[in-house]
Amino acid sequence: MTEREGIAAFIHDRFIPIGTVVLAIILLWYAFTVVLNAPFERDQAARAGTEISTPELISNTMSQKRPVLPAPHQVGVEIWKTTVEKKITSKRSLIYHGWVTLSSTMLGFALGTGLGILLAVGIVHSRVLDKSLMPWIITSQTIPILAIAPMVIVVLNAIGISGLLPKAIISMYLSFFPVAVGMVKGLRSPEVMHLDLMHTYNASRSQVFWKLRWPASVPFLFTSMKVAVAISLVGAIVGELPTGASAGLGARLLTGSYYGQTIQIWSALISAAVLAAILVMIIDLIGRSVTRRMGVVS
Amino acid sequence: MNWAWILIAIVFWLSTWGINQRLAVLNIKNPNLQRGVDILIPMLFGAALLMLWEGVCRGFSVPTVLLPPPSMIWARITSSVDILWADFQQTYLKAVVAGFIMGCGSGFVAAIIVDRVPFLRKGLLPVGNLVAALPIVGIAPIMVMWFGFDWPSKAAVVVVMTFFPMLVNTVAGLAASGQIERDLMHTYASNYWQTLFKLRLPAAMPFIFNALKINSTLALIGAIVAEFFGTPIVGMGFRISTEVGRMNVDMVWAEIFVAALAGSLSYGALALLERAITFWHPSYRSK
Repeated sequence: MTEREGIAAFIHDRFIPIGTVVLAIILLWYAFTVVLNAPFERDQAARAGTEISTPELISNTMSQKRPVLPAPHQVGVEIWKTTVEKKITSKRSLIYHGWVTLSSTMLGFALGTGLGILLAVGIVHSRVLDKSLMPWIITSQTIPILAIAPMVIVVLNAIGISGLLPKAIISMYLSFFPVAVGMVKGLRSPEVMHLDLMHTYNASRSQVFWKLRWPASVPFLFTSMKVAVAISLVGAIVGELPTGASAGLGARLLTGSYYGQTIQIWSALISAAVLAAILVMIIDLIGRSVTRRMGVVS
Repeated sequence: MNWAWILIAIVFWLSTWGINQRLAVLNIKNPNLQRGVDILIPMLFGAALLMLWEGVCRGFSVPTVLLPPPSMIWARITSSVDILWADFQQTYLKAVVAGFIMGCGSGFVAAIIVDRVPFLRKGLLPVGNLVAALPIVGIAPIMVMWFGFDWPSKAAVVVVMTFFPMLVNTVAGLAASGQIERDLMHTYASNYWQTLFKLRLPAAMPFIFNALKINSTLALIGAIVAEFFGTPIVGMGFRISTEVGRMNVDMVWAEIFVAALAGSLSYGALALLERAITFWHPSYRSK
């Protein structure tokens, strides 16, 4: 294969293949819309005692009020209606719900990243912590933490802590793990030669940390932060499920499933996906510019 | 306020910490003994944590509705084994295992196809990477709507959750074998399938096991969360959400204990299997 450069490479290696796959997914989605929604339409026609023609059937499956699977454009229209046409303060605005979820995601992500870094620093510098804590950190992730989510929320509610913090705690619990593991790896990544060099400079432990270990761990930090931010969004969404479904994307999912509002479920789902993608991209961009300014070859 | 309990807990904590401090710096020549010490240290730490929990609960008389002490949770576990077993059967043996096998299997097959077709690799991989980072548990209500309240809907959630990590990791693993090894296979005149089975799949095994380990936790989470959206009156997620509502927090902790045990055991089993299959890998070869 010949090497392409610049825009040609972008078009041939990114745009065309990804575009094709996305297009195929959308086409498949439309096909499934017709297949899954058709029984309802046939049923309706049979009850009314009328025959329904195929083109009519297909167009009807795209515009049901509570379809089994809404068509992509229905979801698109719903998202447009609930983001652009509604006021941001309205309870029906997806931006409002998205903001609720985003704020607890960010708080949990910040707390989790902080905790993860602290644990990693402790583990790298103390042999006891390394040996006694590390196995438990790994075990803590084999526990399905999300299962405790409803309990944490309800219990914290019972003692008067409600709102942002309980959800943020769940996000924190989920997101500290990738950061802790990644940072332990990162803080240990300096080679023996570099450590020895610092030793010949008569550097203290804190100097070794700030001048060698910390800079060396930055690329690891951003890689694990990308995982952590996506996972904290999941935590925030699941944390919203048992709060009586008042606000947030998770609440939209739950009310949608209670009332059979499939279009609402899908629009909440798509906006959660877009939110996750944007968050990961932002972290990626920050990470890239930081590592470039630090002169780390990526 | 019962100071005796708090005092006992603190003394226990300090003494285990002291023992660990000694054990951690010991330089043991015998590898078997070293391994025993490596297991003993986290065990002691865990025991100290439990003791601290018990001491705080009893010492400050924390209402059991907020946080039951471990002894009470253990009493609940031993007294309701039959309920826990029924829930475990419904959630783990039916939904998780079925979904895990189907999800990982289809992810694996898809990865081999993607690897064969460069166009798909360029197009599907970025999409797969993106989807792997998405909050997939969100599809739970939709799956419950499509497949009904019983375990197939939970298995469906698990399939979708486990598919993408498997796909992404296997594709990365298939690219892991070196050019020199592939050239060697080429000089042996081996065809695509021989290269695949004798070189590239074995080389991909560490990546595949990585995905399997990630998925073993994801699968349990998916099945339990999917049960929050509708379920027959049995299952771990169902039990957790109803007992929270009835403020039987000790029962919830009992379910969490079962889930943690199941999660850790399946993770451990996969780790052992990995060690047996990828015995050649540098990180497992005996030094």
